[in-house]
Amino acid sequence: MDNFRADVAHIGKSVLIKGELSGSEDLYLDGEVEGNIELRGHSLVIGPNGRIRANVHAKDVVVHGKVDGNLRATEKVELKKSALLNGDIFTQRIVIEDGAFFKGAIDIQKAAVESKPEVKPAATPSANAAAAPHSVPQIGSLLDPK
Amino acid sequence: MAGFFRNLFGSSDKEVLVERRAHPRIPRRSTGFQQFTRATLKPEGQNVLDLGPTSPANIQFITGYAHKAYNEDLLTAAQDPSFVIPGEEPGTKVFDAKRFLAENLTYERGTFDAVMLWDLCDYLPEALVKPVVDRIFSITKEKGLLLGFFHTKDAGPDAPYYRYHIANLETLELQVGPKFQLQRVFQNRHIENLFHDYSSLKFFLGKDNIREVLIVR
Repeated sequence: MDNFRADVAHIGKSVLIKGELSGSEDLYLDGEVEGNIELRGHSLVIGPNGRIRANVHAKDVVVHGKVDGNLRATEKVELKKSALLNGDIFTQRIVIEDGAFFKGAIDIQKAAVESKPEVKPAATPSANAAAAPHSVPQIGSLLDPK
Repeated sequence: MAGFFRNLFGSSDKEVLVERRAHPRIPRRSTGFQQFTRATLKPEGQNVLDLGPTSPANIQFITGYAHKAYNEDLLTAAQDPSFVIPGEEPGTKVFDAKRFLAENLTYERGTFDAVMLWDLCDYLPEALVKPVVDRIFSITKEKGLLLGFFHTKDAGPDAPYYRYHIANLETLELQVGPKFQLQRVFQNRHIENLFHDYSSLKFFLGKDNIREVLIVR
């Protein structure tokens, strides 16, 4: 796994984010996120320590950790064997390793998945979330070290 | 040899080979499943619920026919010790079926066209069996199909728990799963009573002490 490629943003396992997380580059997320994740046109990898309580919208999503929320990927969703997903999946292609735990629905959509009303609401963003999404997660504004 | 295990699910060939050697899959032709697929493959866009452990093969099969695949591993969910609560009698414990169904199988009425029950009813805690069957009734469409497997008494109390993977339209692959204990053996009349509210039942007897039942909602 290319965890530390220079062109991939990296959020470590000690980091907790509450609110809207959006970006215009690929992201490796191994921390905790509560809110919403928007990475349209880019890839998201949720690491084995990742604990996500959010709806996700990205090009590709690879899950090694735990997700409570819906995954919407225009290209592909991969659930690795350590994945725990409680939520629905909307995507063109799905790859699931034996051992992954999944509870929810899978809707394979041949065309690109456009924005649709979410089936399940995301976790309520906390009151101290930043008002506007940033293009890249900013250290000191959205990130709260545990 | 490694190429034989095609990289279907994102694992390397070597990983697939190691996995299959550790947990071999036993092919099992199933008349009940064959009838189930015949009745549910068309039209496209149906809602199919798999109540067994997450199986990549089952999800690929269902979505391959352009259906929407739902998965809930009810038996694993029922192992959560927080559902065992003190009973009315001092010193007793009961299973909190009400809370379990508040957190599981929470779908709108008439959601599903087809449900794969597998042998869930043979392994669930006693307090859950009838409530789960009743909940499935409410979330399945009229004329919807259920496929259930029930051990015969010849299976014995130590019958291993298998995961069921779909291989093709008439074949399943059995893979030894977690060491769940067989809780009960149903007689035919017990199965008929359990699904009393449903429209019809059709029984098929397999060679391996499993009774396959096709149930119409």
